[in-house]
Order: sequence, then C-alpha cells, then structure tokens
Amino acid sequence: MSLHGRDVVSIRDLSREEIVGVLDAARRMIPLAEGSRRSPVLAGKIVAMAFFEPSTRTRLSFESAVQRLGGGCLTIADAGGTSLRKGESLYDTIRMLSSYADAIVLRHPNEGAARLAARASDRPVLNAGDGAGQHPTQTLLDLATIRERFGTLAGLKVVLLGDLKYGRTVHSLAYALAEFGSEIIISSPEGLRLPEEHRDDLKRRGAKVREEPSIDRAIREADVLYVTRIQKERFPDESEYRAVAGSYRIDARLLSAAKPKMIVMHPLPRAGEIAPEVDATPHAAYFRQAFLAVPVRMALLAAVLGPARRGG
Amino acid sequence: MRELKITPIRNGTVIDHIGNGLALDVLRILGVPPLERDTSVSVALHVRSGKLGWKDIVKVENIELSPRTVNAIALIAPTATISIIREFRVREKRAVDLPPKIVGVLRCPNLNCISNQSEPLESEFDVAERRPTVLKCVFCERRVDDFLHHLA
Repeated sequence: MSLHGRDVVSIRDLSREEIVGVLDAARRMIPLAEGSRRSPVLAGKIVAMAFFEPSTRTRLSFESAVQRLGGGCLTIADAGGTSLRKGESLYDTIRMLSSYADAIVLRHPNEGAARLAARASDRPVLNAGDGAGQHPTQTLLDLATIRERFGTLAGLKVVLLGDLKYGRTVHSLAYALAEFGSEIIISSPEGLRLPEEHRDDLKRRGAKVREEPSIDRAIREADVLYVTRIQKERFPDESEYRAVAGSYRIDARLLSAAKPKMIVMHPLPRAGEIAPEVDATPHAAYFRQAFLAVPVRMALLAAVLGPARRGG
Repeated sequence: MRELKITPIRNGTVIDHIGNGLALDVLRILGVPPLERDTSVSVALHVRSGKLGWKDIVKVENIELSPRTVNAIALIAPTATISIIREFRVREKRAVDLPPKIVGVLRCPNLNCISNQSEPLESEFDVAERRPTVLKCVFCERRVDDFLHHLA
C-alpha cells in the first residue's frame, strides 16, 4: 500500500513492508541530505511545522528535509505567538493550517493531539511527538541507524537503558524492534521501569523482552545500547533526580567489555548519561543517528507528499 | 418465572440480570435521582437468579434508554438484559451488547490526553478486549478497565 496522502500518527500506522520501504528510500536520500545532490520532489509544496512545544532538532531536521527536497515551510515555533493563546482549539488551528499547506508536521504537549489533528486536517499529518505519546519519525530514524550498521533489524540484542517510564521514544522503538524479531533487554533505575501495560502488550505480541538490572552484564551481550535521557522535570526534587541521574553513565571503561561492533545510541540531547570520551570510540552512533533524521524525514515526506506512484 | 414483589409497569424499561450489587451503579448511569416527568423507579437487590445465582433488577417507568445509556450499562453490567415495556407488554427484549466503539460515555483517565482539553470532540474508546472488558482511548491509547470512576 502506498503512503501517499496518509497520516503517520503512530509507528503502528505503518506495516513492516512500509517501514522497510521508508528506510530503503532514506538510504537513497543520504546524498541529498548531505547537499551533494539536489531533488525537486517537493517543489511547489508547502509543509506546515506546527510546533506547540519547544523542540530544536526535530523541527530543524524536518525543515531541512523539506528544503532539501525543494519545498517550503510555514513554521509555528512558539505556541505563545498563535491564536491558541486566544483560546482557539487545536482542532480549529489545524483546520486552518490544512488550507494553507500540503501537509502538517505536529509537535504538541498533549497525548493524542496528532490523532485529533489527523481528523481535523484533510491534508496528511505527520506526528513529531505528542506529549508522552507517539513519535514515529524518531523510531524510523532509530531503525535506520541500526539497519545501517548491521544490515538487518532481526536477531539483534537491543538494550534499552534509562528512563523507560516517560521516554516516549523507547516505547515505539520497542514495538518496532519486536515486530522485526530483535530481542529487547530492558535496564532501568527503580522508578523508571517500563510500564507494565507496555511490557505485557509487547509479550502478547510475541516479543522477546527481558530485564537485566546489571548494566555491565547488559552491555556485554548488547548489539545496540540505546540510552535515554533522564528528564529532570519529572522529578519532585533535585536530590532525588541526582540519585537516579548518577545511577548510570556510559564511559570508555564500561564499554571495554562490549562487543567490538556494538553501537551506542541516544535520541539527544544528552545530559551526562554518556561521557564525551565515548564520542571518539567506534561505538558512538548518536551523531550519525541525529544526521539520519534528515534523510529519514525526507523519505517519509516524499512518500506522503511526493508524486503518487503507479498502483499507489 | 418467580413472582417478584415489584408491581409491573405500564410503559418503560426493565433492566434485568444486573450483576449482584451493581443496581445502584446502573441508577447512577440512568441519572437517578433526579427524576423527571411522571417516573417511578423500582430497584430489587439480591434477587435469586437461575443464570447468575444472585442478581439485581431496575425498572424505570416512562423512560426508554438512549443508545449511549445502554452502552454505559453494557460496560458496568455486561450481563444485563433490557426489556422495553409498552402497555404492560414486553415489546423488545435484548442483552446489552458492547459496540466496538464507545463514544461520549467515559472520560479518558489520562488527564494529559487531548480529549480532556477544551477541544470540540467527544471521548472515544475502542474495545481492546472482551471478558473482561478493556477499552483503549483512540486518541492517547490509554487502556481503561475501571469504568465506574470515569463515566462522563
């Protein structure tokens, strides 16, 4: 099935084949994302960036993706400057935007906002993160990073480390990895464990999921070590945050026991979870991951907005 | 059929086979009290039932239930049957049936869900599992199995 004209609210809106299709297309987009070739795929198209919550890399990488493909952007980067402050509903704002643009990229603080926007808009809506909910393009670029290094998404051991309770990126990633047949090993400080409903849901889908409280042991068997940031704002007081935040820090000593090809990923920005010395090791994949955001978002935009394929 | 100590009603609705102890929750769904019009309500608690062992029954005069109310009853009391009475005769009798979508009946328990902000929308849940019933918010995907506390 073609992605042309479709909303992408959750990673589960995409079939396995569609995900692979986007990842293949993203690989072909790399020279365009680097600026060494040009493409007119989105020439004459306008994409609205509706960002009702601060975001740097997600918004900039989407804008870069649109412009690399020859399209233009309308950007709301600060909800304070919009009529939402005057009490306008998100529904009405999206209705209005959908008459100004060919597609809408939405970041919003409330869970489910993207699903609502998709209903309000007759143009495709791409979810760029709604509250603690879904963030499907982050998942796609995570998958692209893993696939680029290993050539596959199956049969890998992926350790998810850190805030597995609030970190929206890891929930979607865990679902997708399970779908492709990789094993998920979860390792998190007490109090930030994967919510039971997610773990049960993953197991119901036949995913291989287990817990490994020892970071050392987890690192030794990992193919991928996916580290998340512990979000300070979630904690009631600073001392409690420090206790958890200091509970893991990936450094060269910890990584000395890792497999040679193991990669360390992080959605960035990091806040001390990964020591700067790791950047120089062959394990560091997080800056590549940040770069791949552009070709992956280009591939998705081109699929949703570009010329309809025959049979699509 | 065992004779009950409740007088028959001329027009209205009999909600039978309510799980033991759930009648008062059903009344809450019906919005009783307050009552309007010339309505009387009979409640029978802890009645012997061949099917359920014990059951509750609610009879409401001069009211026929809206589909939304029936859906809410289906969530709280899934074994209930509903009979429409006209001129003392049962005109229609059916088991409550949970439709695949529940619209406007519950509030999403996730306070940060877009359905709990001031957007022009009705709450909407898909039935994720049956027996026991688990619903999933179509917006934020939160799962709900405690319905009584989240009635809209």
